[in-house]
Amino acid sequence: MIQAILVFNNHGKPRLVRFYQRFPEEIQQQIVRETFHLVLKRDDNICNFLEGGSLIGGADYKLIYRHYATLYFVFCVDSSESELGILDLIQVFVETLDKCFENVCELDLIFHMDKVCPLLEQGSWKTEFRTCQATCVHYILQEVVMGGMVLETNMNEIVAQIEAQNRLEKSEGGLSAAPARAVSAVKNINLPEIPRNINIGDLNIKVPNLSQFV
Amino acid sequence: MPAPIRLRELIRTIRTARTQAEEREMIQKECAAIRSSFREEDNTYRCRNVAKLLYMHMLGYPAHFGQLECLKLIASQKFTDKRIGYLGAMLLLDERQDVHLLMTNCIKNDLNHSTQFVQGLALCTLGCMGSSEMCRDLAGEVEKLLKTSNSYLRKKAALCAVHVIRKVPELMEMFLPATKNLLNEKNHGVLHTSVVLLTEMCERSPDMLAHFRKLVPQLVRILKNLIMSGYSPEHDVSGISDPFLQVRILRLLRILGRNDDDSSEAMNDILAQVATNTETSKNVGNAILYETVLTIMDIKSESGLRSSACGSQNQKRMLASLELELQMVVSSLMWELGTKFGSIGNQASIYVALTSLLKTVQTDHNAVQRHRSTIVDCLKDLDVSIKRYAPSKRWHIDTIMRVLTTAGSYVRDDAVPNLIQLITNSVEMHAYTVQRLYKAILGDYSQQPLVQVAAWCIGEYGDLLVSGQCEEEEPIQVTEDEVLDILESVLISNMSTSVTRGYALTAIMKLSTRFTCTVNRIKKVVSIYGSSIDVELQQRAVEYNALFKKYDHMRSALLERMPVMEKVTTNGPSEIVQTNGETEPAPLETKPPPSGPQPTSQANDLLDLLGGNDITPVIPTVPTSKPASAGGELLDLLGDITLTGAPAAAPTPASVPQISQPPFLLDGLSSQPLFNDITPGIPSITAYSKNGLKIEFTFERSNTNPSVTVITIQASNSTELDMTDFVFQAAVPKTFQLQLLSPSSSVVPAFNTGTITQVIKVLNPQKQQLRMRIKLTYNHKGSAMQDLAEVNNFPPHLKEKSLRFCEFLHISVIPFPHVALQEETDLGGFDNLRAIVKQVISVAFE
Repeated sequence: MIQAILVFNNHGKPRLVRFYQRFPEEIQQQIVRETFHLVLKRDDNICNFLEGGSLIGGADYKLIYRHYATLYFVFCVDSSESELGILDLIQVFVETLDKCFENVCELDLIFHMDKVCPLLEQGSWKTEFRTCQATCVHYILQEVVMGGMVLETNMNEIVAQIEAQNRLEKSEGGLSAAPARAVSAVKNINLPEIPRNINIGDLNIKVPNLSQFV
Repeated sequence: MPAPIRLRELIRTIRTARTQAEEREMIQKECAAIRSSFREEDNTYRCRNVAKLLYMHMLGYPAHFGQLECLKLIASQKFTDKRIGYLGAMLLLDERQDVHLLMTNCIKNDLNHSTQFVQGLALCTLGCMGSSEMCRDLAGEVEKLLKTSNSYLRKKAALCAVHVIRKVPELMEMFLPATKNLLNEKNHGVLHTSVVLLTEMCERSPDMLAHFRKLVPQLVRILKNLIMSGYSPEHDVSGISDPFLQVRILRLLRILGRNDDDSSEAMNDILAQVATNTETSKNVGNAILYETVLTIMDIKSESGLRSSACGSQNQKRMLASLELELQMVVSSLMWELGTKFGSIGNQASIYVALTSLLKTVQTDHNAVQRHRSTIVDCLKDLDVSIKRYAPSKRWHIDTIMRVLTTAGSYVRDDAVPNLIQLITNSVEMHAYTVQRLYKAILGDYSQQPLVQVAAWCIGEYGDLLVSGQCEEEEPIQVTEDEVLDILESVLISNMSTSVTRGYALTAIMKLSTRFTCTVNRIKKVVSIYGSSIDVELQQRAVEYNALFKKYDHMRSALLERMPVMEKVTTNGPSEIVQTNGETEPAPLETKPPPSGPQPTSQANDLLDLLGGNDITPVIPTVPTSKPASAGGELLDLLGDITLTGAPAAAPTPASVPQISQPPFLLDGLSSQPLFNDITPGIPSITAYSKNGLKIEFTFERSNTNPSVTVITIQASNSTELDMTDFVFQAAVPKTFQLQLLSPSSSVVPAFNTGTITQVIKVLNPQKQQLRMRIKLTYNHKGSAMQDLAEVNNFPPHLKEKSLRFCEFLHISVIPFPHVALQEETDLGGFDNLRAIVKQVISVAFE
């Protein structure tokens, strides 16, 4: 069983903390810190498995981690999980995040809001999606791991379900409720009916073509 | 009231915080806003506020005031609200009963909701945090969803069922009918979670296990489809079709096939296919192969092999490959892959290869013989690799020990001192290790390195072996005589090399201080070997004999247990300058190496000490400051008898009184005089200094009894808060007696504004070097602190002057690993010491 899934950056700042075993809040934070220190001191060329820290149960649990540029993904598991399998699962999880957020760089960006912000101003529905990113990563994880057990490893399936749920959320107006509903109302205007290439200077050429859109 | 800021704005704001305090202030401000919004029962922005709370919670700020808001969100009609509400419930809710009761109703409603995603959320939440009451109440709904045709719900229901069974095992029966059709499902998610459910049920009940054995053919078919199906973009991971499902099925097969001939036979074929068809160039393949190997080893594959004689040629070949040889090849292949490339998966596969290699090695010795060369290749860098991949010390020791048991003759020579050093450092493993080694060499002395390690350990920890105080293994009853029988038979066995015999004789000698009723027998053995034809052995025996006769008072000190070396080298065996059974060329001029502490030369001085004055120290050609090499040397010293060297300088007894400035070996201070009779008192020491707590020891010799030392401890506290409930406890070796008087107070005031004093009286009848272990407990900043420390830096003054020689001998036996650990040590002090020790030896053994 997976006991905990921790994502933190190279400075130990938590980016995703999910425990499947109940720990008091302050212990959770201590575990994150302890795990960070355990993982941080390991070279990139040594084994990706190590024994859990004392707080999480020590030698009975293994920490399996992968380090992607600025982020550490750490899964804490007991002996009923295949260590090598978990290593692949982390990859699947990260690739799924990647698909949901379009590309790897962006995955990085989700966690670095300052860099994301310029992108956020663009106003696509994906932007809307990102505004709730802190919870969104949880939603994605929820479709991969449930109650400490692997639920689904088919990336297409995960992405499809997440998108379906996001659409459902959006149809209700999303997190931003009323203001966003107005925006979506505008967006939902039937776009094909509006001529896209109106160019005032070339009015003569474009206008006759308008008839085919109507 | 203005609309609350969005989560992303909050994140942006928090990220601008320069300090922790600034961040805390921002969060507090936002929390206040959220609280007031909650108070106003604002429905529009509740989900936004809870989302922000969850973010703060992740950063470690308190967020439980959002618990009830989560429940309100769950009860809302909107999916957006429910989604955040359930997430918040999973992250924030504790075991509070009343809240759970409220949730049970919500979840029940949502499990019957018309939208699959709402149902999914409810299942997920129940499967994560459902208490046993909730599980009891909702198991029926879960069972219903387990039979639905909707795969999105079905897979979640299966995992939810696992959770229900874990919480309330007696509900297992309820899910039995629903499991019937689970494996007919095409959807891999459902298959995967179903296999998890079946595994859980099989592990919990033998009845279920028997019941589900009939599913073996179905599982085999699924596995076959997976490996034969070719590329499917849906489930492909690095070229392998759904490795996660494969691994799960292999695990379930292992449980089903264990101790059952029929099911084992039914899966033999597919296991062989998986083993041969799986591409192992990537981590994914190795994961599967690893599970396959484990499964093959766990089930009754041999019976399957026997009955396969009538099968087709092809089948036979397949099944033959199932033999342990295959596992051997698989393991070594994985090993090769692992060593050749440095990528993530391959490192992991080294770990796996080692584990499976060792499992195989235990099972079949013939296979080991047939693949000797591959194994030897694997063993070449055994120690470094194992050290790098070892998840624990226990595993590390077990691993090297197992390798030594089966292929000991092929390991590099330095494996012996390395393992000994490792064992020495794992204090908690001593009893376990000595027992394992004792069993390993019973009646088999063919693996010389193993016998050497075993002899060393038996000598060192013989008392633990006889007392049988091993928790981890079945304790064995061994008498002192039986232990000596073993060592003596090592001595006379014609398989034993000269080196091994040296180890055995030294071990016997060491046992003279660890065993109580067999000392006469030991004396006899030692005196017999005084006339051994083996010169080295003879010399050892003669020296030991002298120790019995002339220097019996020093015997216990000289043969005391090896101290623990606190640091372990992270480098490989190449750091060890001198290896077992080899002799370093000893340069005649014993010029001290240019820099750094010289543990090795210390060790060799020690050797001088034991070996008499016709052996001089071997100065290593490569100066090293690694304590590990010191360990190696030290070990060599008591076990290895092939050191040679030029004759020592002529004894100069007259120079002894001039020795006035030897360093304090124990604490690395060279400034304090050791033999300065003018010094009025004994210098005080700092016994402990950590986390602002400092403990100083001052010494006085009792006027009435010179063997009693009065130690006054003074505890001071440099932090800004008082330390309360302060308790100081101390323990000393058995040869000492200790009396702890009551302390002056239990509070150590802050800012060094006062001290606690407490008096300890130590009786030292045997005039040994004092060592003390101290335990400190106190409350500081609201949390209970506890610490253990060992005080080794007692001034040698605490012993009587007449024992100075002994003192020298003793301190040079005991402390050098500690000295070696000192980063900055006065080199002159060491040189000085070397000269002194030599002189002392020449006097002592004159």
